[in-house]
Amino acid sequence: MYATRTRQARPEAFAVRPSIAERLGLPYMDGTLALSAVALAVFSVFTLSQATTGDVPGSPDYFVDRQAIYAGLGVVGMYLLTRIDYSRFRELRVGIYTFLCVSISLVFVFGFAARGSRRAFDLPFFSFQPSELGKLLLVLALAGFVIDGARRGSEVQRTVRYLCLGLAPAALVFLQPDLGTSLVFVVVTLAVMYVGGVPWTHFAVIGSVLAALVTVVLVIAPAAGVPLLKGYQEERLTSFLDPAKDPSGAGYQQDQSQTAIGSGQLTGRGDHATQTRLDFVPERHTDFIFAVIGERYGFAGAAFVLSLYALLIWRALRIVTLSKNSYGTLVAGGIAAMLLFQVFVNVGMNLGIMPITGIPLPLLSYGGSSVLATFLAVGVLQSIHMQARLSQKGGFAW
Amino acid sequence: MYLRSDGREPQMSNRLALRIAIFGGVALTLFVVLFVRLWLLQVASGEEHLAEANSNRTREFRVRAPRGEILDRDGEVLVSNRTSLALQLNPAKLPADEAERRRELKELAELTHTTLPKVEETIDEQEEISPGAPVTLRRDVGDYLVYYVEENQERFPGVAVERVFVRRYPQGMLAAHTLGSVGEVSPKELKEARFRGVEPGDQVGKEGVEDTYDGFLRGVPGLTRIQVDAFGQPTAGGQLVSRSPTPGKNMRLTIDLDLQEAGDAALSEQGLYGGYVAMDVRNGEILAMGSNPSFDPAVLTSPTQKQVNALYRDPVASPLTNRAIAGAYPTGSTFKPITSIAALASGEVTPSEEIYDDGVFTLGGIDFKNAGGVSHGSIAMQRALTVSSDVYYYTLGDRLYPGTELQRWARRLGIGRESGIDVPGELPGLLPTPAWRNELYREKLTDRPWSAGDNVNLSVGQGDLQASPLQMAIAYATIANGGQVPRPHLGLQVEDAAGRVLRELEFPSTREVRIDPEWRDVILAGLHDAAQSGEGTSYYVFGGFPVDVAGKTGTAERDGYEDQSWYVVLAPYPDPEIVVAVTFEQGGFGADTAAPAALKIFSEHFHKEATEVDAGAAAVE
Repeated sequence: MYATRTRQARPEAFAVRPSIAERLGLPYMDGTLALSAVALAVFSVFTLSQATTGDVPGSPDYFVDRQAIYAGLGVVGMYLLTRIDYSRFRELRVGIYTFLCVSISLVFVFGFAARGSRRAFDLPFFSFQPSELGKLLLVLALAGFVIDGARRGSEVQRTVRYLCLGLAPAALVFLQPDLGTSLVFVVVTLAVMYVGGVPWTHFAVIGSVLAALVTVVLVIAPAAGVPLLKGYQEERLTSFLDPAKDPSGAGYQQDQSQTAIGSGQLTGRGDHATQTRLDFVPERHTDFIFAVIGERYGFAGAAFVLSLYALLIWRALRIVTLSKNSYGTLVAGGIAAMLLFQVFVNVGMNLGIMPITGIPLPLLSYGGSSVLATFLAVGVLQSIHMQARLSQKGGFAW
Repeated sequence: MYLRSDGREPQMSNRLALRIAIFGGVALTLFVVLFVRLWLLQVASGEEHLAEANSNRTREFRVRAPRGEILDRDGEVLVSNRTSLALQLNPAKLPADEAERRRELKELAELTHTTLPKVEETIDEQEEISPGAPVTLRRDVGDYLVYYVEENQERFPGVAVERVFVRRYPQGMLAAHTLGSVGEVSPKELKEARFRGVEPGDQVGKEGVEDTYDGFLRGVPGLTRIQVDAFGQPTAGGQLVSRSPTPGKNMRLTIDLDLQEAGDAALSEQGLYGGYVAMDVRNGEILAMGSNPSFDPAVLTSPTQKQVNALYRDPVASPLTNRAIAGAYPTGSTFKPITSIAALASGEVTPSEEIYDDGVFTLGGIDFKNAGGVSHGSIAMQRALTVSSDVYYYTLGDRLYPGTELQRWARRLGIGRESGIDVPGELPGLLPTPAWRNELYREKLTDRPWSAGDNVNLSVGQGDLQASPLQMAIAYATIANGGQVPRPHLGLQVEDAAGRVLRELEFPSTREVRIDPEWRDVILAGLHDAAQSGEGTSYYVFGGFPVDVAGKTGTAERDGYEDQSWYVVLAPYPDPEIVVAVTFEQGGFGADTAAPAALKIFSEHFHKEATEVDAGAAAVE
């Protein structure tokens, strides 16, 4: 590993010969965080290997192989980020933000369309979805802007500025259209602002505006004959309220998903699983992979996975409090919110208590962009953790 | 956790700590929500969801069982099966898009040679009867259509070809009325106890023997339960349960194929509407039974509009009506043996009492004449039957008035009531009684109450009387039996496919009337002379027949029609085994059309031909 510059002075570093573990920085990493992330990725590969063997004719390990490669790359990326001082990203915020907006915009030009929406570039080995990495980039950039602008303008001006900075890429993603990811962008923006100390009253105003907006989009505009959401989007958003209303339509997926998870009972049906094996549950390798786990491994397996996420998010929140500087606090807060929101919405959607929004389950859902981005986000958390530990040690590096 | 006690993080303000604590609280709450929901789904209601998942993934397919065959008394096949390909449509799998759906239905309509509205109508009808079940668009489709549909599966979602059993009639139109037909079970029938286990779309007997013995013939469908994926496609190795279909049992009938052929031919040769019955007088076994005009039972499965019109919308020809059991005609002189029994039993006449027949019987100023006005002089019962003296029987009819002995005896002998034959469609006909006419009179539906004239008319089978060939056959058989009323039936035994008898069907006589052997002998002697003595009314038909027979002609007047021709004959005389009753609408004299048809049936039965006789001396009715 190449040398990483830290803010601390380094002369004593050469006084003692560090062990190999120390050289790799392992004592300064959050082991629980890394293990829970890797465990989730392993569980994903394991699940895919059991549940998707027949999905791609002639290539039983299609999803397994690819997911394993993505996870491997993700672990490497995570480690690289661990060894980079995250504070650099604060300096690069304008570049990061520009890259974020441009890459998302380029999708409109070069992206390929899948199911009526342009979200990704078709690269030689996999299709890259900028909005996935964009979640992390937004956290890094926005946290920088918040720190940077902490003393410029009035509180209201600052709030408006943060909102604009966050909602611009969210709007771009929404137009792809990718409602789910754009919601993640919004949540990430709000989370960074929240940790950054934006007054409660501002959140109250934002909350009211949001509520009004939802009312307009879902109730008033359709009633007035001006539908703002595409029909399937609206159906998905509202059908979870009563999935039995139209079991063959939008409610179908959730109905089937609940049946799948419920039928797993305590210990799961293993290879006798039918709901997720016989295509009753769609998108079983991506958005509905939690249903596969629920049916195959039962409450035991599903609760295990949820526990790993709880662990992951607990560690993320802990890092929020550990961070040696405010930038780290904001970044860790944004990432924690990003993970929490995605896990809750995706699992909630599988369990029938949240609408179908097409948000992948971090680390478990098949998909290179999502797995990589999540690992990189964990890597940033690790970096914050490591820098905090190093600073506690009194400026020791190696 | 957030407020660290070691004080190493001076930048961690209390405000931030609070915010992060709230953040943690929210995270905790959300996870609790997920865990609770997970518990509710998997542990609290896991059983239900498992059952749901299982019903989701299985489909039951019924494998139709072939119906049993119908055989004649010697084992000749009357009805069997053939397999046929049927084009079926699962409406649930039609494209959701309206235009796509119309396109597919339109194409299917063209392929099955009908129109789009017709196809839609069929689907709607079927959906009402049995929602969700596949709709049969067309039976008996050709191979080319099957290949076409299968090769273009993607253009015909929901369309499948099923192998079905279709009734085959190797004897063509023979005994069509008796055999009946099969058809898809109706919603009304599904509620009947005897169709328990039958599901919408199944074939059941609709008429004739197919209906009566449906329970034996039907068989038990097989069941295959297979595992399917979300698209309803069977999955590999997904066969869960299988029960092979049990074919229906074979029915052996009392029908004699050769006799039936002769009878149907004799009937259709005349070109007249009519019916006939040939029955074993001793046990009521129907040896042959037919009605003209007839129909092709194979057509009933899927008739064209023209055929529907001919079958169902022609009230005159009414080819589906079995005139042998549902025909209702005045019987003319064939009624005279019945009048004889009534008069003898009530003591109004003795076998030897002579009554003077001057050719005319006057009652209340109205002249009732013999046919042709001939006078037969003083005659007793035997000769009265031989020459068919109307005046003799007018006298008996008058003597039996105002009592109702004539009606009571006619009823005992089976007139005006259903015989209980084991095929549906029988009509009781009409036996006119004083009570019946007086009731009509009270309701002002007729211009006069019952009078002696009605009784006089009835005594010679005229007036309001309506009877079927079967009823006349039963009446004659009862007289020949000396009072034992046979129970007419077609079912002989139930057999398995290998011909082993599973069940003999018993139809014991349940009714007996008291007939003095002397009366029987006198009547049979009179009928024998009528058929085979020189002055008998049907001598010129049966005179040259080498078997002794006892037969009576009948020529009945019907308002607005030519005379109804009848012949009822027993053989061999004096101990008859078989009775044949034939009638023709607008057939004229009984001896002209009905008797020759009966002769043809006897020729086949006894394997003997009649020789020509000189008809010069024969009497006319």
